[in-house]
Amino acid sequence: MGKDIREDIAWAQINKDVLKSLESPRKLYWVILLVAIAMVGVAVGCEIYQYNVGLGVGNFDNPNVWGLYIATFIFWIGMSHSGTLLSAILHLMHADWRKPIYRFAEAMTTFSLMTAGLFVMVHLGRLWQVYYALPYPSERWVWPNFQSPLLWDAMAIFTYLSSSVLFLYIGSIPDLAICRDNIHQGWRKKLYSILALGWEGTDRQWRNFRITYLTVACFLIPLAVSVHSIVASDFAMSQQPGWHVTSFPPYFVAGALYSGCAAIITLFIILRYVFRFEEYMTLPILKKTVRLTFAIAMVWTYLNCIEFAATWYSHDEAAKAVLIEKATGRFAPFFWGMIFCGSVVPFALMVKKWQTSIPVMFAVSLLLNLGMWLERWMIVAPTFSHGYYPWTWDEHMWPSMVQWGIVFGSFGWFTLLFMVFCKVVPSVSMYEVKEMVYHRSLAKKKEEQAVKEELAAKGAN
Amino acid sequence: MSVSNLLENWSKFRHTHPVDDKGHPDWEAYPSDIKWAMSIDLDACTGCNACSVACYAENNLPVVGKEKYSHGQAMHWMRIERYWDESAGVGEFDADKGARFLPMMCQQCEAAPCETVCPVGATNHTEDGLNSQIYNRCIGSRYCSANCPYKVRYFNWYNYPEQEKVWPEPLNQQLNPDLTVRTKGVMEKCTFCKQRTYTARNNAKTEGRPVQDSDVQTACQEACPVGAITFGNLFNPESQVAKQWKSQQVELTKEVQDKDEKEGNRLRGYRILEELRPYPSVMYLERVRESAV
Repeated sequence: MGKDIREDIAWAQINKDVLKSLESPRKLYWVILLVAIAMVGVAVGCEIYQYNVGLGVGNFDNPNVWGLYIATFIFWIGMSHSGTLLSAILHLMHADWRKPIYRFAEAMTTFSLMTAGLFVMVHLGRLWQVYYALPYPSERWVWPNFQSPLLWDAMAIFTYLSSSVLFLYIGSIPDLAICRDNIHQGWRKKLYSILALGWEGTDRQWRNFRITYLTVACFLIPLAVSVHSIVASDFAMSQQPGWHVTSFPPYFVAGALYSGCAAIITLFIILRYVFRFEEYMTLPILKKTVRLTFAIAMVWTYLNCIEFAATWYSHDEAAKAVLIEKATGRFAPFFWGMIFCGSVVPFALMVKKWQTSIPVMFAVSLLLNLGMWLERWMIVAPTFSHGYYPWTWDEHMWPSMVQWGIVFGSFGWFTLLFMVFCKVVPSVSMYEVKEMVYHRSLAKKKEEQAVKEELAAKGAN
Repeated sequence: MSVSNLLENWSKFRHTHPVDDKGHPDWEAYPSDIKWAMSIDLDACTGCNACSVACYAENNLPVVGKEKYSHGQAMHWMRIERYWDESAGVGEFDADKGARFLPMMCQQCEAAPCETVCPVGATNHTEDGLNSQIYNRCIGSRYCSANCPYKVRYFNWYNYPEQEKVWPEPLNQQLNPDLTVRTKGVMEKCTFCKQRTYTARNNAKTEGRPVQDSDVQTACQEACPVGAITFGNLFNPESQVAKQWKSQQVELTKEVQDKDEKEGNRLRGYRILEELRPYPSVMYLERVRESAV
């Protein structure tokens, strides 16, 4: 494997390269932005229609009361987890190859959580009363129902979102100061001046910064695990066949890390090209991310097998019927599609030549995420259409274009937020890349020193 | 709302789940002398749908029309399920061989799966043993319906009273003034004709006596031409429903009914999906006669 970063990049060069991404990306950036805005337009149109006429336009019916919205909600929550994995867990483990890519991964966390939050709203029958789910003091002394997993969900996500925003912001302060010092006019200067909080880079500031960053990182890790466990509780705590599964929380967390890592690969490739980050987002780093993704893919496959086996060998006839229905009924193409994309395609990640091939990895990462979206849908939908009560079985209800439109548009919404962020805040952490380069150059000097000493020793002999 | 209000202990107003810690419904948590319950004789039921129609009229249910009905969006709180008899082999059904009917409505479970999952507490247990649904509180997350094993909760997918105009002039004149019409985005379900039972309770209270069978009938019970539906207070040993439950040896708090072995073969009472332990309040009487053709 080659070097994950050149040790002789000058620090000024790093500043220059990264700051350039804030000003002149490739044309493709604007194309992506326009497409994203158009996609958001589709979703907004669908939502306005649904809001005015009622949820019925999404093609829901009595057993199928949850549609694509909840499945896509889980998908976006799941995607958020790898940002934390990369920025917080690997930070604690001193894996310094994460340094050039953790900033955008953390941004991905924040924005996918925001997208997921929208799905809660879109899903509700009475969106205008959403504040009933908040424990706010009211003159009627009514509280939300703390027994409900849905409420735990709302709280967990809110906590995770606010902590992620904080973590993302704290980590960017030194970089925002660099932006402030290097950009000389306009609204950006004012924005960075405010956001940098008077950062000067004194020793005391760095010390405080390190401690704060570490504290928030430690705080965030248990949250990342708990959030998706709680999302899993929405299903595991219910009584329905196919949902009432003990292994759901770890299964959901593994699925979350999986789709998140796949999304990181996709965004890695896009950012690398759009912002000309070839020097920083290097192929050896891609290789490491790909290996990590493969490991998580195997964990996910294993947990999937556990779930199927537990259902198959249990005496729960209803759950077994749901599993058989998934594999042979109307959902069969999607179920097997999920197995193919989630458990077979990742073996492409094992091929050494493909690990650093940009087009192959781009295609594979998209397929992996398609598989993970299908997984969430296959968790939600079949239980509704094939539940406990045979008289209400209904495999024929299909989500309407309104539902598909909103799901489609959510990808645009995420891309829009993410792309705007990358143009305003440096998506490569400048100060951490400098650290990385510094450590690498020290290591190299040491090596050279050792060689010299060896030669000297030989000469003395 | 002041700060001192917030600091007070409101836990006594919290809903106690009927099976908390005990494994079976705990009547001591309910200082009430009323438990509404039902029994339905499937042997008598002819599947005429009169109960369903009566329910539509009594509870202001929107008639959604052919298209939405075929989409599965019907709002029938009381529905008649039709099952064809199996003909030659297993899984082969033939309409000419006959049909069986099952009236299905909210089972008013004692340990209702729907109650615990509502994020805003819009569905609660009342002291007379019903699952209430507070339309004004409902935000439409539909988690209750997702967790209902019987799928007897119906969601307002559209704004039926105003936008869909299901009761155009002068049809709106026939709406029952004793209860509301529901707007889009809220869940609704059978209430055991709450407007009737409350009136009966209030009348009995005014007259200073316990509620009797003659005080109240649900709309479905009233409409049933063959008297297949019995409704009343399960706590009153004199009520018809209590007598039926007792004679069938079905007990509300038992998850598996341990029936008298000698009588066992002659008993017909059962509750649907009892093994999931929702402790439903509706007992069905198995059918013994041949199918109607």
